[in-house]
Amino acid sequence: MNSKDSKDTLRSSAMTANLIKKGLKKRYRTERLFQSIGLIAIILGLAAVLFLFTSIVGKGYGAFQQTYILLTVDFDKDLIDPSGDRDLDSISQANYGVMVKESLRNQFPDAKKRKDKRLVYRLVSSGAVFQLRELVMSNHKVIGQKLDVWVPADDDIDMLIKGHIDRSLPESDRRVSDKQIYFIDKLIQAKRLKKRFNTTFFSAGDSREPELAGIGGAAVGTMFTIFVTLLLAFPLGIFSAIYLEEFAPRNRWTDLIEVNINNLAAVPSIVFGLLGLSVFLNFFHLPRSAPVVGGLVLALMTLPTIIIAGRAALQSVPPSVREAALGIGASAIQTTFHHIVPLAMPGMLTGSIIGMARAIGETAPLLMIGMVAFIVDIPKGFTDPSTVLPVQIFLWLDSPERAFVERSSAAIMVLLTFLILINGLAAVLRRRYERRW
Amino acid sequence: MSAPDSNIGVTFPRDHRETVGQIEHPNFKIRCRDLNVFYGENQAIFDVSLDIGSNEVIAMIGPSGCGKSTLIRCFNRMNDTINGCRVDGSIEMDGEDVNSNEIDVVLLRARVGMVFQKPNPFPKSIYENVAYGPRIHGLTNGKEELDSAVESSLLRAGLWDEVADRLDEPGTGLSGGQQQRLCIARAISINPEVILMDEPCSALDPIATARIEELIDELKRNYSIAIVTHSMQQAARVSQRTAYFHLGYLIEVGETEKIFTNPSHQLTEDYITGRFG
Repeated sequence: MNSKDSKDTLRSSAMTANLIKKGLKKRYRTERLFQSIGLIAIILGLAAVLFLFTSIVGKGYGAFQQTYILLTVDFDKDLIDPSGDRDLDSISQANYGVMVKESLRNQFPDAKKRKDKRLVYRLVSSGAVFQLRELVMSNHKVIGQKLDVWVPADDDIDMLIKGHIDRSLPESDRRVSDKQIYFIDKLIQAKRLKKRFNTTFFSAGDSREPELAGIGGAAVGTMFTIFVTLLLAFPLGIFSAIYLEEFAPRNRWTDLIEVNINNLAAVPSIVFGLLGLSVFLNFFHLPRSAPVVGGLVLALMTLPTIIIAGRAALQSVPPSVREAALGIGASAIQTTFHHIVPLAMPGMLTGSIIGMARAIGETAPLLMIGMVAFIVDIPKGFTDPSTVLPVQIFLWLDSPERAFVERSSAAIMVLLTFLILINGLAAVLRRRYERRW
Repeated sequence: MSAPDSNIGVTFPRDHRETVGQIEHPNFKIRCRDLNVFYGENQAIFDVSLDIGSNEVIAMIGPSGCGKSTLIRCFNRMNDTINGCRVDGSIEMDGEDVNSNEIDVVLLRARVGMVFQKPNPFPKSIYENVAYGPRIHGLTNGKEELDSAVESSLLRAGLWDEVADRLDEPGTGLSGGQQQRLCIARAISINPEVILMDEPCSALDPIATARIEELIDELKRNYSIAIVTHSMQQAARVSQRTAYFHLGYLIEVGETEKIFTNPSHQLTEDYITGRFG
């Protein structure tokens, strides 16, 4: 035995235990420090999220209510249908504005001066006219009757009621004059002014007037666009991942492909928008602002993410499964599709859903292909011009009217809810499939 | 050199590398000649020639890393799945070279089945595990035939009594010994001609091991079996011939009884007496 051996044997177990004990304190302290840092990081992250949510919800919850004013409207037969034959043209072209103004004048008999009358007319939304027209067109029985109709108030009135306009400011600093405030208070006393649930926000398309604007058009546009994206990106992505992982040879070319796919996943999304503009719009002349083109652009953007997630899921399948399948004489295709893909599917689905969630929130590439236009109608098909929810939010944030501030925040809430639901779905699917086998 | 050897039957010294004993079998199923296997730059098997006889059990023993698993994986070309693995030499089965380009690997693997060291049932039901092979190879017509094929495989594997009432439960929910018997049932469900077993009992307890050894004894009536094993007692119990490998060389092959009582090569004697390995 050499001297080194003898030194080691001299150190008894008790001495070793002592040495270890001395080091333990420091190790535990380091561990506790680590845990604290982790906890602090989580708390900071949660605080940031909480702050974000409270500020958005705080700004946006008001948008789910809209101030309405009760008008007593005389659906004068002479104005609407003078010939009495229920001619649709004359009904639709009747002057409903006159009826609105008359109803308001009746409401406020002491507004005699021209200036005061103008203030009174501005109490209700310009959309009241169209609302009355829709009412008569859909129900001819009202012609000749006097009815109470709830019409939306103008957005400035709405902001006043919701407390966003400071009554104590001097009149020149306010958008609502003292006289108007007097009229409004009278309406409130007469119980002719109420806040109701803002269904317009969900059903209507975009509008210059905030009280008439809604996310209906943008929501439908988003649905069409995402449908196209899903239809293209999911099958292509999954099958590419399967081919690259299971069947492609391992050589320089496939390495190059892998590097390129990884790079594409990190390319800024606006570049895909430029691609869409130059190729899909200018070269193939696809319809501008259509969900088809938006879907194509987003599909290209999501494809690398789905491929990468798919390959990772396939790689995580234990090799023993492949060996067992091959050993029993399954062909390469049978091994892949009967055994490997079912096991990898939860991971593939989760990755794809997360990729789709990212696509739903994309704005920049869709701006490039024109889904930023002011579109009032709800799109009916994949080639109709439309916009998507993130772009709608972007447009509203640009508008000067104060009422759009709360509406943008409400739209953000809707988008976030949708994203949370999608990610929740991904988590549920993952848990459910992992439990099975 | 070490102390003088006690066994006077040993006639070949430690550095002798030509295979000792009779590599031929009169009624061979697989004939392997001058096999060299490389993993990239490393050579794993050096000039191995060996016959696997029909309806016999041949045990392959030797210390870890001596190439036993590599050799049997050549017989059903499972080494194809390993990148950088190169096989030189001829492996003949029924008059055809297993490594030739005209051979259908899928058909080969259906005729040469394999049971792996760690039980690997499919993550499907017990029924599906055994039914998968007959189904993809088109061996049965209709559900009744498939049901009876599954039942007979499970019976022969000695698992039927334990699982007959829960065929729909996942195969991965069985105990280790049951899983391995399920894998054996799966392997025999397609009636292969050869069964390769790569240390099938190494992850099992003695009772499960005993059941599987009984099973192997019965199976040899219908199949040819090559079993790699670390346990010399197991080799002695189940096999008729034994092949001893050392660092990629086939050192000695012969009747099991002779190998374990009166080996001719010094390395074999060293191994079985526990001097190393």
